[in-house]
Amino acid sequence: MEYEIVIGLEVHAELSTKSKIYCSCTTEFGGEENTHCCPICTGMPGVLPVLNKKVVEYAVRAGLATNCTIADYSKQDRKNYFYPDLPKAYQISQYDFPLCKNGYIDIETDGKTKRVGITRIHIEEDAGKLMHDEWDTGTLVDYNRCGVPLIEIVGEPDLRSAEEARAYMEKLRSILQFIGVSDCKMQEGSLRADVNLSVRPVGQKELGTRTEMKNLNSFRSIVRAVEAEAQRQIREIESGGTVVQETRRWDDERGLSVSMRSKEEAHDYRYFPEPDLVPIVLDKEWVEGIRASLPELPDARKKRYVREFGLPEYDAEILTSSKVLSDFFDDAVKQSSNAKAVSNWIMGDLMRILKEKGMEVENIPFPAGYLARLVGLIEKGTISGTIAKKVFEKMFLSGKGPETIVKEEGLEVVSDEGALTAVVRKVLDNNPQSVADYRKGKEKALGFLVGQAMRETKGKADPQLINKLLKEAMDKA
Amino acid sequence: MKITFEIIEHVADLARLNLTESEKQKLTSEMANIIGYVDKLNQLDTTNVPPTSHVKPISNIFREDVVKESFDREKILSNAPSRDNGCFKVPKVVE
Repeated sequence: MEYEIVIGLEVHAELSTKSKIYCSCTTEFGGEENTHCCPICTGMPGVLPVLNKKVVEYAVRAGLATNCTIADYSKQDRKNYFYPDLPKAYQISQYDFPLCKNGYIDIETDGKTKRVGITRIHIEEDAGKLMHDEWDTGTLVDYNRCGVPLIEIVGEPDLRSAEEARAYMEKLRSILQFIGVSDCKMQEGSLRADVNLSVRPVGQKELGTRTEMKNLNSFRSIVRAVEAEAQRQIREIESGGTVVQETRRWDDERGLSVSMRSKEEAHDYRYFPEPDLVPIVLDKEWVEGIRASLPELPDARKKRYVREFGLPEYDAEILTSSKVLSDFFDDAVKQSSNAKAVSNWIMGDLMRILKEKGMEVENIPFPAGYLARLVGLIEKGTISGTIAKKVFEKMFLSGKGPETIVKEEGLEVVSDEGALTAVVRKVLDNNPQSVADYRKGKEKALGFLVGQAMRETKGKADPQLINKLLKEAMDKA
Repeated sequence: MKITFEIIEHVADLARLNLTESEKQKLTSEMANIIGYVDKLNQLDTTNVPPTSHVKPISNIFREDVVKESFDREKILSNAPSRDNGCFKVPKVVE
């Protein structure tokens, strides 16, 4: 039987505020254990949390950028559960009155655009970090992350494949980066997803029973978890069993999900209004002010690249998938007259070398202007395309400017007739057979001789000029 | 809402309370009384009363996003019954 996979993602993004959501401790990543803590974020009795205004602003920005309706009235609630990563035994979150509702984003897979619904976006606090030592009797707790502001973006179950889930995550990440509310560093856990997944026979209207896999923190693990969990559920059904609604833990190393039959399985969070925090009532003008301040979003920028620079859709999509990469491109284009060439260098050599070195776009070791200047050197005919690849490689490794590299290594195109005439002479002397072939009318022989001359000059000769000189020399005699 | 013995057991479990059978019996009737008392409020006509989520008629109390110095780790850990390597130490939890 053919099955359809139904996926909904709950995405948590850490907001890039300077201080925590309810106290003035820093949100900085890392730091010695329990040194970014105070009585508020460690849940001491008698303390009073006060909401960071920036958290509301960032959540509203995220809501507007994902086409949500912003609530004029919103409140915070206590979500009760016992787990040592939460010192208060409850998490302050939002239950029935979230800040943002009913939005959507558009994703692209296989060249097709699909609209994915966003149910809601609410604010909440992050939990601490638990460290389990296999050889020890206890669990160690670090509360530095506790109270770092998060937004939870709850998506509609509109996704139908691992590729769509990945595209959705990538689009969300790019939007959040563009609007500057989260750095979305997945390796630091500042962007992570819970995957809700069910399967149903193709054509069936009702949804199957779903399972939830929590805290997936890489695109790769999301894709793998979706594929493995879908297969597991299908096997379960085909062998006559039923899928149990439960939370499962994805084990990335073993490539499978494991049931978490913990007591919290009851999911009875007993939400109630947080008495220490007052409602949030948003002024229309304030919200509109934020809307007006939103920068160009990835979709708009992509369209601009296609329209203004004539880039292929695919290239524009890749360039705008990351704010850093897209800004790098924009920056280079400002200093170059050939946007297409700049894009080709980024899409080709730059992406390849980053992948080879296992580096992220954040770590490109030279400024965008260098790439623009490299493109300029080719256009002016100072260096050939082949030499440019070498210069690019050196630029990446040394961080030196392209002109410096060309000068230091003596890579300029040689277009001095005197110097090249000698080379041409030598090539003709060494290849009498090819010369004879050419004279018999074999055009191919000319190409071979040009190649020989280029090799002789280590690629630095102006090929047009070589071509001309060779022809002249052979036609004359 | 009818308070049953099972509800008391469930709530006790969520609150990590170990109750004896007689305590559960006693709490079932006591809780039923309390909830019953609150149920009286349902007799009032609240058609034109907006739902209350907070007792004070105030909203929008914010702080600016400014970092202040955190507490000394020694102070933070000083109430911890057990600690290790600058961390709180709790009974082993494994999921």
